[in-house]
Amino acid sequence: MYNFEFEKPSTVADAVAALAGDEAQALGGGQTLIPTMKQRLASPSKLVSLSGIAEMQGVQREGASLTVGGAVSHADVAAQATDYPALAEMAGHIGDPAVRNRGTIGGSLANNDPSADYPAAALASAATVVTNAREIAADDYFQGMFDTALEDGEIITGVKFSVPQAANYQKFVQPASRFALVGVFVAKHADGVRVAVTGASEEGVFRWSEAEAALDADFSADAIAGLTLDPSDMIGDLHGTKEYRAHLVGVMTKRAVAAAA
Amino acid sequence: MAKVSMTVNGKAASAEVEGRTLLVSFLREELGLTGSHVGCDTSQCGACVVHVDGKAVKSCTMLALEAEGAEVATIEGQAAEDGTLNTIQAAFQEHHGLQCGFCTPGMVMSAAALLKDNPKPSEQEIRTYLEGNLCRCTGYHNIVKSIMAASGQDVSALAAE
Repeated sequence: MYNFEFEKPSTVADAVAALAGDEAQALGGGQTLIPTMKQRLASPSKLVSLSGIAEMQGVQREGASLTVGGAVSHADVAAQATDYPALAEMAGHIGDPAVRNRGTIGGSLANNDPSADYPAAALASAATVVTNAREIAADDYFQGMFDTALEDGEIITGVKFSVPQAANYQKFVQPASRFALVGVFVAKHADGVRVAVTGASEEGVFRWSEAEAALDADFSADAIAGLTLDPSDMIGDLHGTKEYRAHLVGVMTKRAVAAAA
Repeated sequence: MAKVSMTVNGKAASAEVEGRTLLVSFLREELGLTGSHVGCDTSQCGACVVHVDGKAVKSCTMLALEAEGAEVATIEGQAAEDGTLNTIQAAFQEHHGLQCGFCTPGMVMSAAALLKDNPKPSEQEIRTYLEGNLCRCTGYHNIVKSIMAASGQDVSALAAE
């Protein structure tokens, strides 16, 4: 890992100012960024830690939404998001216990790994990504593998989830990395069902609209029994072919619906 | 270089470190606490697990400067001053919870974190919790048995190998 300058501000405003220079990078829990820097795939000249900012902590219920601070760890979401059990359950199965004590929701969403769990939860929950500058709907936020609507130096200060009537996340783990080979988050909202898929697509997290339409009409696993996904857009690698992933999306969706219904 | 100060196993510790200095490097190279092992250096194996403010973390994937002001606990602080092993360490010895011993510091520290939150874990809960701790001797069975014994549970029903 190349050396860098390190700053740990205590307010969002100071963090934004510290990130203003070229080559500065925000540091969440570092569970992806530090390994990436060790491999010299990233070499920022300055890291700005977000772990000392009190206003980015906390999990709060406000009416029909649950707001999670951008620097909240996966372990804290698992323990504190009791008003949204499917979200807490998902957070409690990211990585391993020590990783969950450091990794953060903001870091996961800013990185937008195509196999990460949080993007599926945010997209299925019709979440709003709150930054220091604006609010971004999840439908506009995810823009492809490792790509988001965030501008340089923009910080995720919180995430507002719409708490659904019923929801479940099913993850088929890649046995070595434990990342999602395919993960499907199904959420039944008052205004419709949302199905978000991670791990499967070359374009990163996506909504499976055909399944959503079928589940709007009949929220049961049988409702999507005949649906198939086009494998051509799926990821194909040594862990699974495109066809295998396309098939798994259907299987995981059915399991999630069955568990949520 | 920047100064970092923390409490390690109850004692004040500080040093000048680079931004990139990892917590495990600080512990091993600045303080000489070489019990925390660097097995994989990619946050997979868990041989470097220590507690920071009571929470288990992989010290190879945390910057030393991020532990500024923190209470850090390592394997060296687990036994009493006179060398008497703590309950978990004694159970690992009693139930042969180690073979080569390389993963053991991380296993003991993860076990301590688990038992703090869940004083009587089931065998499955222990196996699930140890997902991020790898043993290349594949000695998991006796590790799990040791942790169950350390939590005061009867392990006589578990297979004896």
